[in-house]
Amino acid sequence: MTRMSATRGLCMRTMMELDQSCSVLREYGSEQSLLSKPDGSSTFVQGDTSILAGVYGPAEVKVSKEIYDRATVEVLIQPKMGLPGVRERAREQCVRETCEAALLLTLHPRSSVTVVLQVIHDDGSLLSCCLNAACMALMDAGLPMSHLFCGVTCAISKEGQIIIDPTARQEKECRALLTFAIDSAECNVLISSTTGSFSVQELQQCIAISQKASEQIFQFYRDSVKRRYSKIQ
Amino acid sequence: MAAGFKTAEPLEYHRSFLKENCRPDGRELGEFRPTTLNTSSISTADGSALVKIGNTTVICGIKAELTVPPSDAPNRGYIVPNVDLPPLCSSKFRPGPPGEQAQAASQFIADVIESSDLINMEELCIEKSKLCWVLYCDIMCLDYDGNLLDACIIVLLAALKNAQLPEVTINKETDLAEADIQKKKPLKIHRHPVGSSFAVFDDSVILVDPTAEEESLSTALLTVVTDEEDRLCAVHKPGGTSLSGEKLQHCINRAITRNKEIRKLVDKVTESTKTAK
Repeated sequence: MTRMSATRGLCMRTMMELDQSCSVLREYGSEQSLLSKPDGSSTFVQGDTSILAGVYGPAEVKVSKEIYDRATVEVLIQPKMGLPGVRERAREQCVRETCEAALLLTLHPRSSVTVVLQVIHDDGSLLSCCLNAACMALMDAGLPMSHLFCGVTCAISKEGQIIIDPTARQEKECRALLTFAIDSAECNVLISSTTGSFSVQELQQCIAISQKASEQIFQFYRDSVKRRYSKIQ
Repeated sequence: MAAGFKTAEPLEYHRSFLKENCRPDGRELGEFRPTTLNTSSISTADGSALVKIGNTTVICGIKAELTVPPSDAPNRGYIVPNVDLPPLCSSKFRPGPPGEQAQAASQFIADVIESSDLINMEELCIEKSKLCWVLYCDIMCLDYDGNLLDACIIVLLAALKNAQLPEVTINKETDLAEADIQKKKPLKIHRHPVGSSFAVFDDSVILVDPTAEEESLSTALLTVVTDEEDRLCAVHKPGGTSLSGEKLQHCINRAITRNKEIRKLVDKVTESTKTAK
């Protein structure tokens, strides 16, 4: 029996996006168990960026891809238009390696865990929204994980301001774009994917800001799971 | 006996070396393998280079073609990098369409070219909205022994420095492009990005310039690309276990020293080809 549960993040951007230095995340929300066929599914919405994730696993794996002592993780990212290209492959590699580090793969040898992400709308911060949607879908599927992870994107504007969770327009106008995945156990950096050039101090500042923002997102994960499971009694 | 132990328990084999702060091939933890560079390896290409980092061998050929610039950037040319990992270089690559590692590497090189402002794309434009250069950079790995991304960046930089493009003028009457093959100019390279790759072992030890074995046993991989002004062009960590702030800082410092070493190497090779001519 699927149970729909929707929770909205309580954080809103109160200032005009383009003018001020934004260290506030856009309004985010998530919905779980919305698809009937996948073992776990979720959507994650950050502002206007929306991703739908489905997880199948642990399931049968092709003999050519099986690993004798761990599960095989596959990630597929489908863009809104066209066929997946080289850019999607690079994103898939990032999401796959994060999932491999977070999941307890040795509990399911010779099986496969498939995460399929569909881009519904892209308005900036795409990779971090993919990571958040993947994490919520893995939680919904009930796969054992050693820690949770979340994605945060920072943009450094031409004047040197750091904007968190940028929109597509802010991403185009910025000088550098940094995406980090933070883990919930020790708040360390799991993934770093950057474009543009920046100094070492800016990197450290972005990491610190992302770690702070990740605390909000992890609190949101906890609240949404608490709200969902408190109804089953 | 050591060979048997290495096959049966590769992780323990490597750990026993790390306890003594060295690695199976005799290197220190922070030591890069000897790097050699050769340019003008391919005579039919407009620019080419071959680099060897230890056993990892990567070759790059650049072909320049004339084309109409894209409509959303009418005054800029463009560079199309492509990384190919043929079955020749390692038994883990099968023939067929490019796998995930090759595609992710191609995307990474394209991002580094854009982030580091390697070449001013507007210099590749010959006439706005009508004609521009497109540089097809084909990077092929001939022998895969780890640390692919560093080698790709070095070989691309060396090949671009080696490339010579003919002067092109547009004939006013016929409106056709005329390339003067006798007059060739080298490309102007603005920045010199150099990458350094690290492997994290057991969440605690950081190895510089991992070999293929060390990469497969590592728990995380990290590549840091810096340019000559000590600015970071890319911090690429595609997953794996987490890394603390000071370890990351340590890697960045190592990457900055490596940048100086490689730049000296590339300059030396470019100088030697110029004097040889």
